[in-house]
Amino acid sequence: MDLIVEGIKKAFWLLVTFDPEVIGITLLSLRISGTATLVSLLIGISTGTAIGLSKFPGKRFVVSLVNTGMGLPPVVVGLFVTIFLWRNGPLGFLGILYTPTAMIIAQAVIATPIVMGITLAAIQHLPKELHLQILALGATHLQMVWILIKEAKLPLLAAVMAGFGGVISEVGASIMVGGNIKGYSRVLTTATVMETSRGNFDMAIALGIILLVMTYIINLILTQIQQRERLR
Amino acid sequence: MRTLFYGLKAMNMNKDGPILEIKNLEVKRGGTLILNVPSIQIEEGEILSLIGPNGAGKTTLLQTLSYLLKPSQGEILFRGKKIDRNHSVLEYRRRLAMVFQEPLLFDTTVFNNVASGLKIRGIEKRKIVDRVMEELDRFGISHLKDRSAKTLSGGEAQRTSLARAFVLKPEILLLDEPFSSLDPPTCDSLIEDLEHILHQTRTTTLFATHDRMEALRLSDRIAVMNGGRILQIGSPSEVMNQPIDELVASFVGVETILTGKVVKKDGGTLLVSIEGQEIEVVGSAHLGETVVLCIRPENVTLSTRLSREGGSARNVFTGRIEKIVSLGLYQKVQLNCGFPLVAYVTHPSLEELLLTEGKEVKASFKATAITVIRKGNG
Repeated sequence: MDLIVEGIKKAFWLLVTFDPEVIGITLLSLRISGTATLVSLLIGISTGTAIGLSKFPGKRFVVSLVNTGMGLPPVVVGLFVTIFLWRNGPLGFLGILYTPTAMIIAQAVIATPIVMGITLAAIQHLPKELHLQILALGATHLQMVWILIKEAKLPLLAAVMAGFGGVISEVGASIMVGGNIKGYSRVLTTATVMETSRGNFDMAIALGIILLVMTYIINLILTQIQQRERLR
Repeated sequence: MRTLFYGLKAMNMNKDGPILEIKNLEVKRGGTLILNVPSIQIEEGEILSLIGPNGAGKTTLLQTLSYLLKPSQGEILFRGKKIDRNHSVLEYRRRLAMVFQEPLLFDTTVFNNVASGLKIRGIEKRKIVDRVMEELDRFGISHLKDRSAKTLSGGEAQRTSLARAFVLKPEILLLDEPFSSLDPPTCDSLIEDLEHILHQTRTTTLFATHDRMEALRLSDRIAVMNGGRILQIGSPSEVMNQPIDELVASFVGVETILTGKVVKKDGGTLLVSIEGQEIEVVGSAHLGETVVLCIRPENVTLSTRLSREGGSARNVFTGRIEKIVSLGLYQKVQLNCGFPLVAYVTHPSLEELLLTEGKEVKASFKATAITVIRKGNG
């Protein structure tokens, strides 16, 4: 019991005094996961919308691939990104293994199917003839896509939140491709693993609290979105 | 002379020509022909209704006319100019407006919804405000301008959708069953307003509906469609009173459709035998030819005086009332005169004549009030 109480006391101390290491790890987490989410947003929303709006043979297969991708185990993503970036691997010449860039890539690969899948569902949930009405109002194809995205803004916001939530709390791929290097590729999740294994519970709990707070904020936003959708 | 003609045509001064012309239009879906229209010409300012059952091709035709669906064959000419993928479809679409069965409003205020078409065209904000306010006024929804579209009633939403179309001052308005999802009183009020506005703006309108009463009320011409084809096109009275075949007849409200053989011919009058009875009609057909007779229920008169008295109706039959169905404003009386016959009677008349199911009555209709559809021999 002492262990836990001591741990929590010291953790609060670290947080309240804005311990530089804790802050540094937090900011790095936000930077890496934020960038990965941004990439997944750009790729995911555009491809999700494109697939949702088009008709082509094999569409069902592609949609099921996307849905499978949403549940991709992060360690498997970590494995494949590692292989690709390995010294002798196809992209080894880039020399980006064990860098934040590799982490951004891995996290983007994890988040993109999530954003794509939710966007796809959101677009397909819009009234069937809405895109026709928009075209009938004289919109160009691009204007139509933009208006549809605006119409689906709430579910799309949920998609982005889900994507971010998925990668900020991800640990497997991040350790594999990042290497957990202090001050360089050490993020909230990877640092927590390490500190726990060393028995530095004060640090681990502090980082854990930050992660919990982030998760809470994300879910708060998601819940708000859900309630606003319900009101329609 | 020729040069002058082409010169004028090029300047789009084709004032005497139709505003929209269709030639050999075909639309295929998965190998099946879902629309097959050899030719229509629509005059500027006219209101043409497309009536027909679900699946008749009304929506397909409207969507193809706005190039939302690509025809597999044929030409669409707008003011004499051909419209196809190579000739700016966007420019053409921006001169039309379409309203669907569902209001399909955007998740924003009524004002922004009505302004959306103008914003798409990049019209400047100040002008937008003026035009939108004018249109909201016209449709009686100014008081709703800041309301979220999601909170509107069915009628308010459809008014918004119509305002959104009219504010664009379209040269052709396409309405795809815009009142189908509304309840009758909302429907009536909206149709009344629409009628007024259409006459005010003299907008060329194509209006699809499965309600023939709506069509009758609003149109200059009616086109009856089924199976992707136009079966008949003409003035409301032409189509309603001279249907070209049984399909059109049943769709325009002819309740009595009888098949029989011509047994006597006398000048312009025929005697047709149906179920052992003989009906006199005005028309032309060969002796022995099979014909289909269409008798509108409004043209059948009922009387309880069973003796054959004066009156110009040549066809008088005794029959038993099998069923009386209330249709709101009037009653539909189904009779058996040896052949089935349907008459519409007003409520007061029904009461006056004490008509009840099982009663015997005299039914009469004029020889001139029957449409004859020839079926040929054998």
